[in-house]
Amino acid sequence: MFLSFDLLSNALVSGLLLGGFYAAVTIGVSISFGMLDIVNIAHPAFIILGSYTAYIANSVFGFDPILSSIVLMPAFYLLGVAIYYIYDVSFERRGDASIRGLAFFFGLLFITEVTLVLVFGVDYRLVDAPYVGPSLHVGVIDLPLRLLVPFLVSMALVGALQIYISRTFIGRAIQAVAQDPSALRLMAADPSRIKRIAFGLSIASASVAGAILIIIQPVEPSIARDYIGRIFAICVMGGLGSFGGTVLAAMILGIMESLTSTFYGPSWSPAVAFGFLLLTLAVRPAGLFGRR
Amino acid sequence: MNGNVRFVLFSLLVAAATFGAALFIGNAYVFFAGYVVLQYIVLATAWNILGGFTGYVNFGTAAFFALGAYTTVVLHKTMPMLPLPAMMLVGGVISGLVGLGMGYLTLRLRGTFFSIATLAMAVVAQTLITNWNFVGGSRGAYIIRPAASPIFTGDYIQYLFVVMLLLSVISVSIARSIQHSKLGYGFAAIRDDEVAAEATGVPTLKLKLIATALSGGLMGMAGAPLPYYVTYLDPASGFSLSYAVNTIAMPLIGGTATWLGPVIGAVLLGTLQQVATVTISSALSLLLVGVLLVGFVIAAPKGIVGWFKR
Repeated sequence: MFLSFDLLSNALVSGLLLGGFYAAVTIGVSISFGMLDIVNIAHPAFIILGSYTAYIANSVFGFDPILSSIVLMPAFYLLGVAIYYIYDVSFERRGDASIRGLAFFFGLLFITEVTLVLVFGVDYRLVDAPYVGPSLHVGVIDLPLRLLVPFLVSMALVGALQIYISRTFIGRAIQAVAQDPSALRLMAADPSRIKRIAFGLSIASASVAGAILIIIQPVEPSIARDYIGRIFAICVMGGLGSFGGTVLAAMILGIMESLTSTFYGPSWSPAVAFGFLLLTLAVRPAGLFGRR
Repeated sequence: MNGNVRFVLFSLLVAAATFGAALFIGNAYVFFAGYVVLQYIVLATAWNILGGFTGYVNFGTAAFFALGAYTTVVLHKTMPMLPLPAMMLVGGVISGLVGLGMGYLTLRLRGTFFSIATLAMAVVAQTLITNWNFVGGSRGAYIIRPAASPIFTGDYIQYLFVVMLLLSVISVSIARSIQHSKLGYGFAAIRDDEVAAEATGVPTLKLKLIATALSGGLMGMAGAPLPYYVTYLDPASGFSLSYAVNTIAMPLIGGTATWLGPVIGAVLLGTLQQVATVTISSALSLLLVGVLLVGFVIAAPKGIVGWFKR
């Protein structure tokens, strides 16, 4: 096949931007699955919920989708706290988190999706903002603002979470709780409370991730499922809970998907994530950058 | 006469009575609705062999189910004279082999990785089918249902009903005989403490692979008659997430520890859904399943069967 340099470099750049966006989508799962060992497969559904809240703020009230999603983060945080509370009381304290915990989140995924279908229907929704249409041009490379802005927002989100996790007391406690809850108790911190905060943060990130998702592509309730494979592929490949690993893995996947959809057609790109996930699980389950 | 043979004879009697009752009502809709409930008995029982007995959660029911259905589409196009039970056997073997391959790659890891892999597999299998023009791609495939039953006089839907009835007798009998066998005790050991099971000499990987292949194969067999039932099959409906949700909800609501739980769950939830779809709306009836699933895992961890075993 003849490889045009323009086409290749554009595919690489848009893959990189897309990968940056995937980092924001995955970071919540890196916290809940990677650090807290809670298999929150409903996370993509909360991201779609974030898309719809941004859509309402934008289409009904005319607010900027990204700014409104940041304002809405506390509401998502509280939702996360509430979900973790139910999960903690019903499963973790009974020491019975595996099957029923998974089924619980699977049920939440389904309930969220069906509720969104009942309220908004299955039409694709979009938002309107000044950066949705235009592109920057650097030489032969196009930089659509529709991808560039989400990329920058995503990097800011991941950076802010990284600083919070590594610099503050609670952030360090979150890192510690995954490793040894009883040692944390000796430091006079309540593991249950720390996990609640961390899970709240992971759901709060879904608000912003959802807003930038609806900037990149039109959203309807069932696209949550396409993201499950992607998110967990990135999370596992990034070494479960390492933010740096998550960003790198997200970019690798973004570039591979972009190359696949440029040279083989976009209908094949959902298969890339799964191939990646299976390969990672079969060859190196600790992830490319994992320590475990 | 040993217990298993007696059980098979007994369930054949129940099956014959069910068919007789459906004939007595004499309304074609009873067969259409009953077929779906029976299909869910097979799916829930198949899911429970892996999920309930060994504790590995499979989210990919839709993938195994649709693989069986699309095998029938392919066979219908290439060898239309093949009888339906043969097509089901082929579909079951293909789904079973896919289960085996995926299990081999992911079952050596923690259980959650297997679950995530099954979820992702459903998306990929759907992508492959959507891109495969021979089976209709995203446009879907039309299958013309024969008018009359090939073995007895009656409508073809009655034949489909009988086939699914027999398949549910087979799968429930398999599940029951496993539960009281050496294999079943091995599965239970894996579910309760895999490391301890491995340490006491239970061949855990081998047993898990048997469970995955068997479970996937039965799901494929349950999917194989689907094209004849719906007459139009497209990837979005074949791979619908509602199959996965229902198949997980039914055993968890009925109770996962025994063969009886999934049957109770499938009959109750399946009938409830058929009624709700007709009287309210299909979206609301799906929401009901989700809410019941979450409610039961929180409030009644042992399911309906658990209520009677206090």
